[in-house]
Amino acid sequence: MIKSILIFNNHGKPRLIRFYQYFAEEMQQQIIRETFHLVSKRDDNVCNFLEGGSLIGGSDDKLIYRHYATLYFVFCVDSSESELGILDLIQVFVETLDKCFENVCELDLIFHMDKVHYILQEVVMGGMVLETNMNEIVAQVELQNRMEKSEVSPSATLKDHASVLTSNITVFISLVADLRIAAHISDVASDPNRSDVAVDVVETTDQSELSRPSS
Amino acid sequence: MSTTPHAHIPTHIHPPIYSLTHTHTHTRTHTAMSPSVPLQEMIRAIRSARTQCEERGVIQRECAAIRAQFRQADNGGRSHNLAKLLYVHMLGYPAHFGQMECVRMIASPRYSEKRVGYLGAMMLLDEKQDASLLITNSIKNDLAHSNQYVQSLALCTLACMGSAEMCRDLAPEIDRLLRASNSYIKKKAALCAVHIVRKVHELGELFAPAARSLLSEKNHGVLHGAVVLIIELCERNPETLERFRKTVPDLVQIMKGLVLSGYSPEHDVSGISDPFLQVRILRLLRILGRNNEGASDAMNDLLAQVATNTDSTKTVGNAVLYETVLTVLDIKSESGLRVLAVNILGRFLLNNDRNIRYIAMTSLQKIVGTDHNAVQRHRGTIVDCLKDQDASVKRRSLELSLALVSASNIRSMMKELLLFLSSCPPELRSHAASGIFNAAERYAPSQRWHIDTMLHVLITAGGDVRDETVPNLIQLITNASELHCYTVHKLYRALLTDISQQSLVQVACWCIGEYGDLLLRGDCQETEPVQVTEDDALDALETVLQSHMSSPATRGFALTATMKLSTRITDNVDRIRSIVSIYGSCIDVELQQRAVEYNALFKKYDHMRAAVLERMPVIEKNSPGHTNGEFTGEAIRDIPTAKIKQGELPLLPQQPANQVCDLLDLLGGSEETLQPSPAPGLSINAASTAGGDLLDLLGGLEPALLAPAPTVPVYEKGGVTLTLSCEKQSDTGLTVTLTASNSTDSDISSFTLQAAVPKSVQLHMKAPSGDYLPARGTAKVIQMVVLNNPNKVNLKMRVRISYTRQASAFQDTVQIDSFPGLDAAGH
Repeated sequence: MIKSILIFNNHGKPRLIRFYQYFAEEMQQQIIRETFHLVSKRDDNVCNFLEGGSLIGGSDDKLIYRHYATLYFVFCVDSSESELGILDLIQVFVETLDKCFENVCELDLIFHMDKVHYILQEVVMGGMVLETNMNEIVAQVELQNRMEKSEVSPSATLKDHASVLTSNITVFISLVADLRIAAHISDVASDPNRSDVAVDVVETTDQSELSRPSS
Repeated sequence: MSTTPHAHIPTHIHPPIYSLTHTHTHTRTHTAMSPSVPLQEMIRAIRSARTQCEERGVIQRECAAIRAQFRQADNGGRSHNLAKLLYVHMLGYPAHFGQMECVRMIASPRYSEKRVGYLGAMMLLDEKQDASLLITNSIKNDLAHSNQYVQSLALCTLACMGSAEMCRDLAPEIDRLLRASNSYIKKKAALCAVHIVRKVHELGELFAPAARSLLSEKNHGVLHGAVVLIIELCERNPETLERFRKTVPDLVQIMKGLVLSGYSPEHDVSGISDPFLQVRILRLLRILGRNNEGASDAMNDLLAQVATNTDSTKTVGNAVLYETVLTVLDIKSESGLRVLAVNILGRFLLNNDRNIRYIAMTSLQKIVGTDHNAVQRHRGTIVDCLKDQDASVKRRSLELSLALVSASNIRSMMKELLLFLSSCPPELRSHAASGIFNAAERYAPSQRWHIDTMLHVLITAGGDVRDETVPNLIQLITNASELHCYTVHKLYRALLTDISQQSLVQVACWCIGEYGDLLLRGDCQETEPVQVTEDDALDALETVLQSHMSSPATRGFALTATMKLSTRITDNVDRIRSIVSIYGSCIDVELQQRAVEYNALFKKYDHMRAAVLERMPVIEKNSPGHTNGEFTGEAIRDIPTAKIKQGELPLLPQQPANQVCDLLDLLGGSEETLQPSPAPGLSINAASTAGGDLLDLLGGLEPALLAPAPTVPVYEKGGVTLTLSCEKQSDTGLTVTLTASNSTDSDISSFTLQAAVPKSVQLHMKAPSGDYLPARGTAKVIQMVVLNNPNKVNLKMRVRISYTRQASAFQDTVQIDSFPGLDAAGH
């Protein structure tokens, strides 16, 4: 089982913390500090496993980490997980972040902490590995983001709605069918004054990739 | 449109943390990840704070605003506020006031609010809190929601923080979802079931049928979840394990499919088809095949196939191989296959990648008990890893090296281990030292080698050894009588070079005191002759006494050693006398007490000094009365208290017999100093050498010390009498003095008293005056007990008496219901 996932930068600033076992807030911070202290003094060419944390990562547990540019990704796991498997999992997670954020960097993690949590939620659940197929993870995260976005501000300009609808509009509508937003969209589509929006929607369905704003 | 928050920041400061596509121009277009603007504004404000104090200010303001908005009714920005709070929480600021908001958000009909609400609940709520009960109903509703993403949020939260109660309530829902048609939900339900089984073991039965049928799934995510669930079920219940043995052919089939299938883009990770699923199935096979011939037979071929066909040039391939090896070694596999597995580990051990070497040693550690010889073959490589620069590799290699030490290789292995000890990282030092001690004790080829090895450890890592090392080593030295001269010379020289390693200094002082005559004679054949004068030896001890590096215990050792030298040297007794008298006014009470006692020994009882300071007899390991106070204390604590109706009357361990305080009685009148805490370092020196004589001496003095309170006999059996007197100290406090005497014709030794009182009464036993009762009532043992009875309950005391007479042990218990001189205070 994965006990916790910590991401912090080269100075020990936390960028994402996730504990799958309860720790009080001060304890969490102490764990981050200790883990940073343990990990940061290790060279980049040594192995990615670490034992002997006093708060977490001791006895049966291990810290398995990877260091990317400015960030450390640290997973604390017990003996029921394969060390090399977790190492690959970290890679999968980071590659997934890279796909979701297009060339992900530390600032993405800072300003989109919630999004990173949602992505992680599709990879690890309750301390157990959930999914390792990157395409599947990215697809599910995108669908959820779209669903969320479509309802956030029903009164916002519909251009925004259009831009979030991409590959499969039918999937999208079926997803939100039970939410108020669906009714709103169908209203819009039937509104003759807003036909431009309807066209936008159709256009975006043809694009296989996520559209970038042209302006 | 690029309103990205950090477009103005030069990208070289924050290079991409990972890049598959470096050709990207680094323009930020987060179409998919829409920025939640208020959150980002706050983050920017926090980041612009220049000092910690400024940051706190910003966060306090933000938190106040968030709190205020939580109190308002729906204002549309609720999800932003919670997201902000989660950021603040990550930075380590208190965020518990958001708990109820999480509960409210989860109940919201909007997905965006539910999403952040559930995230908040997982971060801020603890399953033990009441607030988590409030979300049970929301989770239940959401599990039955028509939208899979809402269901997924509920599943995720339940799997993360579901309490036992919640799990019991929702288990049927999860079982239903395990049979759903949607694979996205099924894989999450499977992991949720794992959490439920962990919380409530007996619910495992409920999920077993569904788990079994999930194995026919095609979706890898669901299969993975199913395998995790089955592993959990099998580990919880041996009967379930038995039933799932039937699935071995299915699992083998799934594995074969993965190994033999050609390239499938969906599951490929560097040329291996879904290594995660493979690893998980191999783990399950290990559990199913363990101790079972049939199941093991069924998977032998597959394991051989995986072991030979997996590409070992990449990490993923090695992950699968590693798991295969562990499975082969754990089940009842064919011998050929085992050889293959150990060979793979041998190959791993030579790998350039430290990760691979690390896991090779981790796995060898697992089999060192069963396939000792196979691991022994790799000893050279393993020992080489002790010199690796990586602390993790070193740690593994140390563990394995210690496990590989045997009678035949002890000398060469120990050389390596001692070398390692001198350069090893501080966090490994104490472990290495105790490992070396254990190995030396088990396989030492000679006593001299054993002593040398222990001294070597003390010299290199004296600060990191455990406390019991000192008495252990002293015992070892006493027993090796022909090596006394050699040892004391060696320690003397070690003491001259370094007085900072406390444990080494303690042993050295003890030996110089004990074998001072041998040190001065200097006719030791084993070392090059060094002429040590009396002054040299005293100089060395005095340096220790005066050094600021010496701990109080070490000083105690040095002072006692100095005192002992007074009978082992001829000329410089006056110098010793003056040293001892100087410390009579030492600020350290313990040391002062010792010095005053020794002073009295010089002045009043000089005729007995030689007998008192005689050489210690050979110490028997851990026998009470011979080792120091700490040990005796432990030995008493080990006696199961059940003998005296456990629970009702907690039996407190009595302070061990501590002859040191006998010396104190020499002082006569001053009763204030009569209750010393046992000094482990000192008692070992003063202990029992001439205990009997000393007690005789005390016999005469004792009556003067007794309080004039009425004394009543409470116990009289076999010539042993115990009398009791009480003195009221305060409204609730009471001092009970127990006096034991022996009227038989034989001496009694190891006499101890233990007392138990009702729970509400506090009991404190002072150090007894001794543990030795010579024949025909010539001396007594006095035990003071301080009782505090704040609730004024009916006072009772149970006393256990134990002693040894004519080499056989006696034990008896007596209950005391009334206390003379106490006017029914308890009633």
